[in-house]
Amino acid sequence: MDFSTLFVIIIGSIFVNNFVIHRFLGLCPYIGVSKKMDSAIGMGMAVIFVMTMASTITWLIYTFFLNKATSIFGIDLTFLRTIAFILSIAVLVQFVEMVIKKAAPELYKALGIYLPLITTNCAVLGVSLLNINENYNFIESIVNGAAAGVGFTLVLVLMAGIRERLEYSKVPKSMKGMPISFIVAGCMALAFLGFSGMKF
Amino acid sequence: MLLVSIIVLSVLGMIFGIALSLASKVFHVEIDPKIEQIEEALPGVNCGACGYPGCSGYAKAIVMSGAEPTLCAPGGDVVAAEIAKIMGTKASKKERNIAVIHCQSGGINNTNIKFENKGIATCKAAVLLSNGQNACTFGCLGYNDCYNACLFDAISIDENNMRIIDGDKCTGCGKCVEACPRDLIELVPVSKKVHILCMSHDKGKDAKANCGNNTACIGCGLCVKKCPVDAITLENNLATINYDKCVSCGLCATVCPTKAIEDRIKIRPQPIIIEEKCIGCTICAKKCPVNAIDGKVKEVHKIDEEKCIQCGICIDVCPKKAIEVKS
Repeated sequence: MDFSTLFVIIIGSIFVNNFVIHRFLGLCPYIGVSKKMDSAIGMGMAVIFVMTMASTITWLIYTFFLNKATSIFGIDLTFLRTIAFILSIAVLVQFVEMVIKKAAPELYKALGIYLPLITTNCAVLGVSLLNINENYNFIESIVNGAAAGVGFTLVLVLMAGIRERLEYSKVPKSMKGMPISFIVAGCMALAFLGFSGMKF
Repeated sequence: MLLVSIIVLSVLGMIFGIALSLASKVFHVEIDPKIEQIEEALPGVNCGACGYPGCSGYAKAIVMSGAEPTLCAPGGDVVAAEIAKIMGTKASKKERNIAVIHCQSGGINNTNIKFENKGIATCKAAVLLSNGQNACTFGCLGYNDCYNACLFDAISIDENNMRIIDGDKCTGCGKCVEACPRDLIELVPVSKKVHILCMSHDKGKDAKANCGNNTACIGCGLCVKKCPVDAITLENNLATINYDKCVSCGLCATVCPTKAIEDRIKIRPQPIIIEEKCIGCTICAKKCPVNAIDGKVKEVHKIDEEKCIQCGICIDVCPKKAIEVKS
């Protein structure tokens, strides 16, 4: 196992190619759930879990069912990857929803509609497809999925922190709420652009 | 290949399905069956009149945090009684509200306009464009935001583009009240039949000049003086009715010089005292706002039909039910 490649993947997914800030995936929960720190952390944890599990399962599905070279059927079924990936992601999200509903009803209430929306979150599908495109092996896929989730959580929590403070700051009336949040998101993207100078 | 892809997907689906159904057994959460029952009893239009996010939100609030069962405006008494039955409590009766538009202008023929508005055809957008195209800055803009907001088909539009609220269909949910950017719509108990249909705070002369229907309230105060129960107040050049006090006698409508007050009771039946039943208690005489009842203690009372305004208060207060209306 080459740890330096894993390290590059982790740093890359969290900071350099952050899913929200750099790839612009998963913007809906990024704006929707970043109002409160508690729900942002909860959502982040849910996304980390879903992304890691999705990377694992979709990699297995792709390798053993869909990819011609490694499939047990020996046929090229790559055209099925979107539907197969969405299917497994949907199932995972359903599972996470059940667990949260049972274990933390308050968090379930706070996340509201954004929890089932992870199903259609392009970031989750994005990380699965990227794993395939980058030809990551099993371990690398899992690590990439987890790191992408951590990156998502990082910006979500940062954003929640900023927005909690924004509530108390003097904002012009026409900029209150969503507009100022979008501007903050833009500034954050600019700041994260600084990481793209990191070369390994 | 077709067969294999079908098999692969269905096998995946089956595995996931079994896994999920097992998980749903393990992570099963008990839900109070009352929530489901109440949700079924509610109309399911999700209008938000109760103040909770949709019918299911209201159902949860009733069971979990003890919200009042009478908050559902569209359902009215029937639903309130049903909810009370499910919860095992008694529902108090609550009078139904209906929406009243406090403006008689806003049609094609009865609106004075400052400029032609070719912008987005909604009231909210029109208000943003130099405070609306109509001369009266308090009046109806005529783009029918209320009509579009109505969930119950209770607002219709006539050939003059005027909005007519159907009192039978209106549930008092308040969607149109929110939709109107000029705050012209108010929820009024259905038994109140007399309304001041103007919201203009302009000075009398300006209000009259701006109103395309010539029915602006000019703030003359005649109705305030005439009201037998002091239900009308004049503030900032506009008379408003306090519906808690109003008895819907319609006197104000008769004195209004600009016809800004509408009396929806067309014919008021004359009350008469049935002499055999009257015990001479003087209650009706005391309650009569215009002193039209001549009542001495222990004598049969008489109604002076010249003075009587047919408000019907005496009918309600008589303990012996000795006052009836002429048929």
